[in-house]
Amino acid sequence: MNMTPHLTRIRRALLALLTALLPISAHAAPLQVVASFSILADIVREVGGERVEVTSIIGADEDAHGFQPRPSDARVLQRADVVVANGLGFDAWIERLARSAGHAGEIVIASDGIEALEDSGHHGHHHGHEHDHGPLDPHAWQNVSNVRIYARNIAEALQTADPDGAPDYQARLARYDVALAALDAEIRSTLSTLPANRRKLVTSHDAFGYFGQAYGLKVIAAAGISYESEPSAAGIARLIRQLRRENVPVVFVENIADPRLIDRIAREGGARVGATLHSDALSGPDGDAPTYIEMMRANLAAIMDGLGSMPAAESAR
Amino acid sequence: MFEFFVAPFLEFEFMRRALAGSLALALGATPIGLFLLLRRMSLMGDAMSHAILPGAALGYLAFGLSLGAMTIGGIVAGIIVAMAAGLVARASILKEDASLAAFYLMSLAAGVLIVSLRGRNLDLLHVLFGSVLALDDASLLLIASITTLTLFALALLYRPLVLECFDPGFLRGVSRLSPVAHYGFLILVVLNLVSGFHTLGTLMAVGIMILPAAAARLWATRLPTMIASSVIIALASGAAGLLTSFHADVPAGPAIVLAAGIAYVLSLILAPGGLIGPRLYRRPHLEY
Repeated sequence: MNMTPHLTRIRRALLALLTALLPISAHAAPLQVVASFSILADIVREVGGERVEVTSIIGADEDAHGFQPRPSDARVLQRADVVVANGLGFDAWIERLARSAGHAGEIVIASDGIEALEDSGHHGHHHGHEHDHGPLDPHAWQNVSNVRIYARNIAEALQTADPDGAPDYQARLARYDVALAALDAEIRSTLSTLPANRRKLVTSHDAFGYFGQAYGLKVIAAAGISYESEPSAAGIARLIRQLRRENVPVVFVENIADPRLIDRIAREGGARVGATLHSDALSGPDGDAPTYIEMMRANLAAIMDGLGSMPAAESAR
Repeated sequence: MFEFFVAPFLEFEFMRRALAGSLALALGATPIGLFLLLRRMSLMGDAMSHAILPGAALGYLAFGLSLGAMTIGGIVAGIIVAMAAGLVARASILKEDASLAAFYLMSLAAGVLIVSLRGRNLDLLHVLFGSVLALDDASLLLIASITTLTLFALALLYRPLVLECFDPGFLRGVSRLSPVAHYGFLILVVLNLVSGFHTLGTLMAVGIMILPAAAARLWATRLPTMIASSVIIALASGAAGLLTSFHADVPAGPAIVLAAGIAYVLSLILAPGGLIGPRLYRRPHLEY
């Protein structure tokens, strides 16, 4: 029969395939990690390397503020070995979603142990009803030192779930920590070249409280922190007056906000619109911020481009 | 007084632009709203605004935050729904409200489906909430052009439209203009809803159409007076809403619509056609 050689060939191919797969499956299947948003997923990827497979629920360039879970998200969470969340109220939905999807394990809060800032997003202090302790500002990753803590927390969680990989995770963590420390130093030394009167960052959405505090920039925001409310005429007028008073040369539009509004504010306040700053999402692989480190570098370049080289605008005043 | 009412507009261009947008909207959308009201189609305006949303969303998803794409998308979706509903109402046993409800629900569902297919970037909702405080030159020109077109079209269609309001059967009997008046009017409704959604958002656009019209209906009995007073009420609501947003730190769109709502409630109480108004204005020769 001429079937036999055919079957043998298939069998041989299958056997070859199995032997090719064997070393990996003996090694252990990759750890399934689910992160709530793209920046966190990138940190997990850096620390976990090949031993983990990371899924981000809120993908690159998606707005975390209006997130609505999809059934596919629940399925992803159900299969997860480790779930990583930012905490500080940024992604509180993930706990409920993970529980309802049947995920029994711990949810790792990456921001554990950082020094949280209060939410500065409300303009309340302008008319007297300031709160003593508002909700916390969740955008802690805008300070690189905080991300070093994030990475440590994530490494710990990974090696709890996968003790065999501990040496691997520790080695990768050490390497990533060096890179982060270098990034932190780079941001500091670059921004230190700015004269004191130009250290003002005006953005459409105040995600940069940690950045400003860590690197010595005054952050002025147009709209509230979570898009909880539409901007009012009073809020816009206040910002325009502030721009006129502070003599700010540039305002920054983020990848997620109404550009017409920021344009209007810039025109009336006498400032130009700077390049896009990334706040809570990485760009896609082809963008200028595919990883956390590259995102911070892109933001730094945009800030320096806006605030660093403005002699023309200043002499014009 | 000057500080409170005029200074905000003198100091800030965005306030002047918002006022200009409200003026254009009051002149165009409010008379349309009055005819909707007189034809007992007030709720149809609301349904139509939902039918426009998916078209505008599609335009946004295909071309980004482009005024042209969103406007054309909205107009096309709105006109398709209005025409289809009108045709069904005239050619089948279904009444206009039933066929309109059917088509706008389908359009809305299709739009929501398409939006969710394209990811979860939610700027769209912020955009669709309107941006009366961020009107750029292109948006203002668009709104003003729609208003100009509306006023000319209303001038041309005035007689048949009035007849269509009060005795559609008679109009159909004496003239072949009935469908022209009907479909022309529906197109005007769609155009003005689109200009309303650029300023107040799809949810609020109907407010500035219907509320001033309803208030004016309570004060006036003659149509020209009714149109004039509805425009004045709409304009005053626009200015009052903007000033409230400026002084009380609240979002502008809802403030404008609520100001129109307050005008309506006051009219409901005080106007001759309202609740206690008839007693206030009773003339001696009407007494018996």
